[in-house]
Amino acid sequence: MHGAKIVLKSLVDQGVDIIFGYPGGATLPIYDELFKQRKLKHILVRHEQGAVHAAEGYARSSGKVGVVCVTSGPGATNCVTGLADAYMDSIPLICLTGQVPTKLIGNDAFQEADTTGITRPVTKHNYLVKNVQDLEKIIQEAFHIAKSGRPGPVLIDLPKDVQNEKYIYKGKKRNNKINYQPKANINLNSIKKAITLILKAKKPIFYCGGGVINSGLEASKILTKLIRKTKFPCTNTLMGLGCFPAINKQFIGMLGMHGTYEANLAMHDSDLIIAVGARFDDRVTGNLSKFSPFAKKIHIDIDPSSINKNVKVDIALIGDVKIIINSIYLQLEKNKSFLKFENIKKWWSQINTWRKKNCLGYKKVNYPIKPQFAVERLYELTKNKDCFITTGVGQHQMWAAQYYKFNKPNRWMTSGGLGTMGYGLPAAIGAQIANPNKLVIDIDGEASFLMTMQELSTICQYKLPVKIFIVNNKWMGMVRQWQELIHSGRYSESYTESLPDFVKLAESFGIVGLKAEKSSEVDNAIKEMIKIKKPVLLNMVVDQKENCFPMIPSGAAHNEILLGPEDKTTDETINEEGMVLV
Amino acid sequence: MPNQKKEKHTISVLVNDEPGALARVIGLFSGRGYNIDSLTVAPVNLTKKYSRIIIVTSGTKIIIEQIIHSLERLIQVKKVIDLTLGNSTSERELALVKVTSKNNKINLLKKTAKKYKAKLIFHNSKKYAFEITNSPDIINSFIFELNKIGTIDVSRTGLIAILKN
Repeated sequence: MHGAKIVLKSLVDQGVDIIFGYPGGATLPIYDELFKQRKLKHILVRHEQGAVHAAEGYARSSGKVGVVCVTSGPGATNCVTGLADAYMDSIPLICLTGQVPTKLIGNDAFQEADTTGITRPVTKHNYLVKNVQDLEKIIQEAFHIAKSGRPGPVLIDLPKDVQNEKYIYKGKKRNNKINYQPKANINLNSIKKAITLILKAKKPIFYCGGGVINSGLEASKILTKLIRKTKFPCTNTLMGLGCFPAINKQFIGMLGMHGTYEANLAMHDSDLIIAVGARFDDRVTGNLSKFSPFAKKIHIDIDPSSINKNVKVDIALIGDVKIIINSIYLQLEKNKSFLKFENIKKWWSQINTWRKKNCLGYKKVNYPIKPQFAVERLYELTKNKDCFITTGVGQHQMWAAQYYKFNKPNRWMTSGGLGTMGYGLPAAIGAQIANPNKLVIDIDGEASFLMTMQELSTICQYKLPVKIFIVNNKWMGMVRQWQELIHSGRYSESYTESLPDFVKLAESFGIVGLKAEKSSEVDNAIKEMIKIKKPVLLNMVVDQKENCFPMIPSGAAHNEILLGPEDKTTDETINEEGMVLV
Repeated sequence: MPNQKKEKHTISVLVNDEPGALARVIGLFSGRGYNIDSLTVAPVNLTKKYSRIIIVTSGTKIIIEQIIHSLERLIQVKKVIDLTLGNSTSERELALVKVTSKNNKINLLKKTAKKYKAKLIFHNSKKYAFEITNSPDIINSFIFELNKIGTIDVSRTGLIAILKN
């Protein structure tokens, strides 16, 4: 069997049925084999970065491994942003890249790039296959690595001669010993210590992140059960939205730089933080030296290198969230007579006082449309439809996180760690392909959208009923906001000049284009967008000057949060130290 | 994080002897801004194809802990050991030092070499090459003394050590 066929056979045996890719000289043998079979469906994107983001959207909305296939040189280098994105957000991907024949490697051959060298820091692991004999084993191992432990992207570089050489394919008969086994030893003693802290806590808070989502549906279910049982408040990170239902009263919103007032103040004042699959990212902690000064910290994470990286914790529980949360839950069941809700009564009344600030309130006007209103209405009109939401990066992303309520895991796909503008549209393609009958909406900013909008052509080709909801304020809004707040309103290069007519742009790709400019038009526009069973682009022209609040300026502490434009920034909240931070 | 004292650590990393393994280990250090003071690498088990990398690095206790965990996260890394004074032998290094000196200094040269138990491995009329195996500090002072005698050229292996048990 040819190497190229071994590749496809291995993918099928791993349960893959979709590949996102773009052909080229160095992958011709693979594409030739692809032509001859029917088990794998190939989605042709318009740019390799789009292929990786689409695979990410596919993986995150389905819980499966996303697969990408691109050619050598520029094909591989165009993937780098997507791989870095998947690496930061721990998304399981397999990226197959073509490579020049082994004999030409190092000769500066046409479309040659040192792919394994370039991608080494942005992948969990990568391989250059030099012998066709190793091919099957490597692919099998790559899938194992991508899925297990803390998931991540794995790249396999395939020289063209390896794709053409013949070798036997063993398939399921193969009994492969895979060396990579991530550590997980759950220490019962530590769990008992954690239980003691939980029973004693007077101001506890659950802080849950993307690790819960990665651990699977079951993890979210058990976590939800545990949080309900304890009656503790819960806050989610940007990556964790959906792992605990947002409509539950114990949910106090997202935390961090643009998190709610109540979530951030609760983190600051708490006496016990239970971090579940979260990594104390700088967007979450704010000023580290002022981070939760009174709290004991329990950290549950599958990656030992996440423990004590930013914040020193008191109890570290290393392993799969699902298993650890379950054993905490079972232990707590045994001790449930000790769980005293009067302990946290005062805490809840404090949280409810913070809640009364209504930190996500905004002025309601008819013209211009407030972006918060647009997202809020989108949520209200789609909340019964089990929607999948993707976003770009910037203000619209934060508004989506604040105003769209996620009640299930795997419904929210956003570029959290790397902050990749242009993520939304290709990720929506992947999510739609994984969930063909569901409503998939890309809440995008006009600037983010312009970065990967060539994928409109992909949407058109596969007749994907993706909805593109552009929150269009004609600015790179988050850049503009920082320039206003931190650089005295010197708006350097943040205005998007010469925007296209989005309606006509959509129509040129055979996509329905809609536009709304007044609040009174918002509901009808959204309803029409949902009603049309085809791809739709809705250009929501919103207030150009609106800023995203609440906001913890970089370098500030959680309790120095700004609630709105009236909360003038003082020199104390944004100091020099904060200005150099991003 | 409170300001803590920086400590020097010798970390032994057993890796699969495969392409890219060394690059991953070094890339981790440069990518995350950790120091490498010394680095040695050589195959140690030819049948199982393992290599041992010994890295001398410095950082606060938390940084060292991070380095070890991040190393353990690499797929090709089999085992990471923090070699400390308690659990390992004293550290050793091998150096080759070539001295070019005038004839009248030869006796001094030989005396110094004898004092440091350095072996003469090559010589002609003007050039003498010595081999010395010792702790890095002693090698430093050997080099320092030879430097006073003539112009020197040094090649060092970098530091190694091994677990006692």
